[in-house]
Amino acid sequence: MLSGIPLFPEEASTLATKVDALYFFLVAVSAFFVVLIAGTILYFAIKYRRRSEDEHGASIHGAILLETVWTIIPLGIALVMFIWSADIYFQAYEPPKSNSAVNVYVLAKQWMWKFQHMDGQREINELHVPVNTEIKLIMTSQDVIHSFFVPDFRIKMDVLPGRYRTLWFQATKPGTYHLFCAEYCGAGHSRMVGQVIVMKPADYQAWIAGGVGTDTLAAAGQKVFTNLACVTCHSPDSGARGPMLSGLFDQKVRLQNGQTVVADDAYLRESIMDPGAQVVAGYQPIMPTYQGLVNEEQLLELIEYIKTLKPAPSAPTVTTPEPDGHAAAPKTPAMSSPAGAPAAHR
Amino acid sequence: MTTAVLPREDYLNTDYSLRSWLLTTDHKRICILYLVTITLFFAIGGAFAAMIRLSLATPTGSLVSDETYNKLFTMHGIIMVFFFLVPSIPATLGNFFIPIMIGAKDVAFPKLNLASWYIFTIGGCFTLWALITGGVDTGWTFYTPFSTLSSNTNVSLAALGIFIAGFASILTGLNFMVTIHRMRAPGMTWFRMPLFLWSMYATSLIMVLGTPVLAITLLLVAAERLLHLGIFDPARGGDPVLFQHLFWFYSHPAVYIMIVPSMGVVSEIIAAFSRKRVFGYEFVAFSSLAIAVFGFLVWGHHLFVAGLSVYSAMVFSLLSYVVAIPSAVKVFNWTATLYKGSISFATPMLYAFGFIWMFTIGGLTGLFLASLGLDIHLTDTYFVVAHFHYIMVGGAIMGYMGGLHYWWPKMTGRMYPEGWAKIGALTIFLGFNLTFFPQFILGYMGMPRRYHVYPPEFQTLNVLSSAGASILGIGYLIPLVYLLWSLKYGPIAGDNPWNAKGLEWQTTSPPPKHNFEETPVVTEEAYNYGGLEESHVG
Repeated sequence: MLSGIPLFPEEASTLATKVDALYFFLVAVSAFFVVLIAGTILYFAIKYRRRSEDEHGASIHGAILLETVWTIIPLGIALVMFIWSADIYFQAYEPPKSNSAVNVYVLAKQWMWKFQHMDGQREINELHVPVNTEIKLIMTSQDVIHSFFVPDFRIKMDVLPGRYRTLWFQATKPGTYHLFCAEYCGAGHSRMVGQVIVMKPADYQAWIAGGVGTDTLAAAGQKVFTNLACVTCHSPDSGARGPMLSGLFDQKVRLQNGQTVVADDAYLRESIMDPGAQVVAGYQPIMPTYQGLVNEEQLLELIEYIKTLKPAPSAPTVTTPEPDGHAAAPKTPAMSSPAGAPAAHR
Repeated sequence: MTTAVLPREDYLNTDYSLRSWLLTTDHKRICILYLVTITLFFAIGGAFAAMIRLSLATPTGSLVSDETYNKLFTMHGIIMVFFFLVPSIPATLGNFFIPIMIGAKDVAFPKLNLASWYIFTIGGCFTLWALITGGVDTGWTFYTPFSTLSSNTNVSLAALGIFIAGFASILTGLNFMVTIHRMRAPGMTWFRMPLFLWSMYATSLIMVLGTPVLAITLLLVAAERLLHLGIFDPARGGDPVLFQHLFWFYSHPAVYIMIVPSMGVVSEIIAAFSRKRVFGYEFVAFSSLAIAVFGFLVWGHHLFVAGLSVYSAMVFSLLSYVVAIPSAVKVFNWTATLYKGSISFATPMLYAFGFIWMFTIGGLTGLFLASLGLDIHLTDTYFVVAHFHYIMVGGAIMGYMGGLHYWWPKMTGRMYPEGWAKIGALTIFLGFNLTFFPQFILGYMGMPRRYHVYPPEFQTLNVLSSAGASILGIGYLIPLVYLLWSLKYGPIAGDNPWNAKGLEWQTTSPPPKHNFEETPVVTEEAYNYGGLEESHVG
C-alpha cells in the first residue's frame, strides 16, 4: 500500500538536491533520537516495573557529567544543522549576480498569478521558463500577502504588496510543476494555483517567439511614460526640474539628506508612488505621487523602461560632484564600468 | 482499600447552591468552573476540526464552500488556542494545585481569581458571538493586510473577544506569581517545590509579559479596520509585515504557555509512578525558566520567507536551536528518572509516556523548521500543521489528560475506572499519530496548509489523516463519559491512592475548603521517596 504513496516531491531544481540532503540528515538525526529515547524508556519501564505495592525507586539525585553531556552533544548537532541550513538559505535567497538570468515579473493578486516576460509575453497561472537557466522573479502583490511556492524546486517566498522581492531558481528537468500560493489570502486561496512549465531551450525560444505581436515590456513602459508626461521633467532639456533617468538603474544616488541609495526596483517604485520619501540631492520635492494613477502592471513596465535607458551620449560622465549637479547621473567610478551600460539586456 | 470513605466536609459539599458556585472565591471551585468552560470550548473546537477533516477526505472540497472552509479552520484555531490550550492546565490544574502544593489556603488574590474566570468567559462569549453571527475567515493568525483590508467578516468582534480573554490570562499569571512568591508554607523553599510549580511560575512569567503585546496588536488590527490608520497598509506608508513581528512576539511564547505546564505535570507523574526523585531536579526546574526567557527571542523564525534580512534570519534561526536545548534536557532527565525506579503503568503514566513520544517528535520536527534552508520549503505546508499539533495536541493535551487523571481522585474523591481509562489513553495515542504523522509527509510533498481543495495525488495521505481523526474523536469521548460516570459511581479514592509524595496527597480527598486542617510544615525536598521507605520500615 505504501508503494502508492510518494514520500518526496520531485527534485527539479539545482536547489532541490541540496535541500533534500539536509532533510535526510535531519530525518536520520531525528530517527536516532526517537529510537534512543523510546528504546531506553521501554527498556527501563520493563526492567524496573513495579513488582510489589510498597516498593519504591532508588534514591538518585542526578549527575552533572550526564547533564553536561546531553546538553553539549545536542547543541553541537544543532550547530551543524544551523550552519548547513544557513548556507542553503543564502544560496536560495541571494540571487546570483550574473547577466545571463532571465527576468520575469510576477504580480500576485486575489486569486491569480500574472507573469510578464521581458519580451512582452503575458501569462496567467502559467509560467514558461527554459531549463538549466537562471530565472529571476521580481515579485509584488496587488492586494494582500501571497507566497510563491514550487515544491519540486524547494523554493518559496512571500509576495508582499508595496514591495519588490526577488526569488531565483534554476530548473534542471523539463516538465510541468505545481505552483501554489502558500500564504493564506482569502476565499480562493487554495485555487490560487498554477504551473511552471520548464522547456528545452529550443522549445522555449519557439514559445517566446510565438507570442502575439505585443510590445516588449520596455516598449509598453515607454508608452506609459509618455502618457503620464513624465518626460516634461525627466528630460535633459527640461531645465532639470527632475533628475535624469538615463543610465540610472543600479547606480548609486545621493539623497538630500546626505545618504546614498542604490537605484534598484524598490527605489524606483518608491520614487513613483511616494516621491517625497527619498529625494535626490539638488532637486526640489515637487514631484506628485502617482499612487492610484498607475497600477502595478504599469509600474513594472515603467521600471523596465527606465532600466533600458542608456546614459545620454551627449554628456558622458560629466564629473560634476557639486551639489547642484545632476546627482541622478552617476559620478562614481562604477559608472564607467561596463555593467552600467548594457542595462537593456538585464 | 475499600474502607476509604469520603471526608465529612469538603470544598464540594459545603454548599450546593448555584450562587455559592458563581460567587465562590475558592481556587478549587474556580478550577471546576474553568474545567466546565474549557471543556465546552474544546468540544466546539473539536467539532470544527471534525468538519475540516471530513471536508479534506476528498480533494474537490465538495462538502462546504471555500468561505465556509476558511471559517472552519479559523474558528478551530481561535477556539483551541485562545479558549482551550492557553487556559487549559494553568486555569484548571494550576488553579487547584498551586496553593495546595505550596501548603497555602488559597491563591494570593482569590477575588481576582474569580474575576479572571468572568473576564475569560465574557471574552469567550464575544468570540462565540462573532462565530454565530457570521464567523471569521482570517486564520487564527489575523495576518494583515488580509485581516485589515480584505476580509469582510467579524474580525474586530473576534479580536475583541481574544483581547478581553487576554486579561484573564494576565491576571491569572500575576496571581500565580504572587502566590508562589508569598504564600509558601514554612519550610517550602524554592528548591523544595515540586517541578509543576516551577513550570507554572515560568508559564505565568510568559503570560504577564507576552499577553499585553497580543492585546496591543489586536487593538491595532481593530483600529486599522475601523479608523483606517494605515499602520499595516503599504499604500499609506504602513508595513504589513510589522503585524507578523508583533503577533509572533506573543504567539511564539504562547506556545510555551501551552507546553511548559504539561512538562510540569509530566515531571509530577513520572516521579509519582516511578516512586523516585526526578533526575536532575535543578536542571529540569531551570530549563523551564530558560524556555520562558529564550522563548521571547525566537519569534522571527515564523518570518523566514516573509521578508527578513538574511542576517536577522540567521540570528533567529540560531536562537531557535538554542531554545530547543532545554526541552531536550527535560526529555533526557525524565528518561533517566525511570532508571532503577518502581514503575507503574497506571493511566497517568501512560499519558506521560505518550507525552514524551509526541513531544520528542514535535520537538525534533521543530528543528527542521528552525533550519533556514529547509524552512523555505516546509513553512506554510502541512509539515508545520503536523509539527505544532504534535506539540500542542500531542504534547499539551496528553499532559493535560495525564494530570487530570493523576489528580482526579484528589479533585473529586473518586477513582476513574482504570480499564476504560487505559483503553481511552491508547485510543487517543493511536488516533493522534494516525491523524498527524501522514501530515509530515504531506507537508514535505508540498501540500500548503489552509487549502480547501488540493491536487488529487495528496488524497491517500489525507484519507489516512481523516481516518485517524475519527479514532482520535472517539478517544476523547471515552474519558468524557467515564470521568462523568466516576463522579457518582467511581470507587472512593482515599487521601493518597498513588502512595505519592507532595502536600496535595497529605490532605483529604476532596480537600476541605481551606485545603489543610492546619498549615503544613515542610521538612524535606520534593519527591523524597527514599524517605517513604524509612517511614514505612522504621
